[in-house]
Amino acid sequence: MEINKALPVDRLSYDAAFAELEQVVAALERNTLALEESLALYERGQALAKRCTQLLEEAELRVRVLSGDTLPEEEA
Amino acid sequence: MQQFTLFQPPVLSVTELTRYLRGLLEGDSTLQDTWVQGEVSNFARPSSGHLYFTLKDASAALKCVIWRTAAQRIRFGMQDGMAVEVHGAISIYEPGGQYQLYVDAVRSVGEGRLYQEFLRLKARLEAEGCFDESRKRLLPTVPKRIGIVTSPTGAALQDMLNTLRVRYPLVEVILSPTAVQGEEAPLQIIRALERLDRLIQPDVIIVARGGGSLEDLWCFNDERVVRAIASCATPVVTGIGHETDTTLADYAADYRAPTPTGAAVAATPDRLELIQACDHLADRLDAGMQNRLAGERERARLIAARLRQASPLWRIQNARQLLDNLIERTNRSVSYGLALRRARVDGSTSRLQALNPTLILQRGYALVTLPGGEIVRTTLQVKPGIQVQVHLAEGGFDAMVAQVRPQIDTD
Repeated sequence: MEINKALPVDRLSYDAAFAELEQVVAALERNTLALEESLALYERGQALAKRCTQLLEEAELRVRVLSGDTLPEEEA
Repeated sequence: MQQFTLFQPPVLSVTELTRYLRGLLEGDSTLQDTWVQGEVSNFARPSSGHLYFTLKDASAALKCVIWRTAAQRIRFGMQDGMAVEVHGAISIYEPGGQYQLYVDAVRSVGEGRLYQEFLRLKARLEAEGCFDESRKRLLPTVPKRIGIVTSPTGAALQDMLNTLRVRYPLVEVILSPTAVQGEEAPLQIIRALERLDRLIQPDVIIVARGGGSLEDLWCFNDERVVRAIASCATPVVTGIGHETDTTLADYAADYRAPTPTGAAVAATPDRLELIQACDHLADRLDAGMQNRLAGERERARLIAARLRQASPLWRIQNARQLLDNLIERTNRSVSYGLALRRARVDGSTSRLQALNPTLILQRGYALVTLPGGEIVRTTLQVKPGIQVQVHLAEGGFDAMVAQVRPQIDTD
């Protein structure tokens, strides 16, 4: 896992956060990392789980209407 | 007369005869499941909701009844003069003495033609492989963008948006509006679908329309629409009409949902399940870390034990113990030697004491010295008349030798 290269958790989309969380859990369960790396990974995993749940609980449906061949940015 | 009476054929009541006829009709399988074509006349719709009319052609008439529950399923307005095909069972209305058709389905003659057309087109597209199961793609489990092809004003759109809000509001909806009935509908639907597919490339596209008559839904049986759905690069879910309506668009779609709401459900995950999945992962995360820490602690404990064994301190302590033992042994041997010596000294002392002249004097002996201090040991040292000193255990006295006896009688 390349923790250093990862984006800040609060900028991840739900599926990116969830996919990374799955990887983090798998890596932690493989139990092959140095303890310090594991601790860093664990903290990252906690943040990812929180991010996922938060996104799921607080999301608002966005709807846009395609008119002609253009898609307005504003919500409909 | 009496005898005649005995052989008279039995007399039936009207009711009995009517029941007999009714049994005959209802026992005939053809009459119980039949399609009849004719023109509607004397159409009546009383407040009961049941429909009554006469179906006729150039030379005959048939009384027909449609009970209210069946009447509700008819999707066009029946009226006098209309050519229809009706399906039902023949029976007898006993109070009126009339046989009549109890109708359970009605279609316009045109509808019948449409249906034939539908079957022909379906067979052709099927033969081309348009509906093959192998062509159907899996829908994405967690879509980011959903394209919707439907009427912007229909209830179907609101149903879908409500469902998406509750189920999976993380998704972005791109509505590609179109008419969903009428002459223009097929081309508009195709354009709306292609715009989404080409410009937006969402993860999944829903093509939907609320319930309507067969004619209303007919644009979804249009060959061009069906082909557009089959060739769409994005997976397509259809939700057209009600549960019982199946259009060719449904056959061509990657997934056919029974209704627009059903399509919204099919295209999205349920957020409650996703939250559960997150919680489950978070639990595994915690357990993984706990296990790791426990393992780490155990390792540290083992290593520390090995370190203690290998450390110089351990050896020093061992050496110290050895030293302590030696000191202990030394101490013990030294004190033994001392005791031995002390015992010897004690022996010497008592022997020394035995030789102490004072002690001898205490036993009653006396010591005699000449005036020069010389101890008198033999009579040769004295003569009568000389002064000697006599020492006792306590004090002494001066004396003069009176007589000398050269030898002591031993006898």
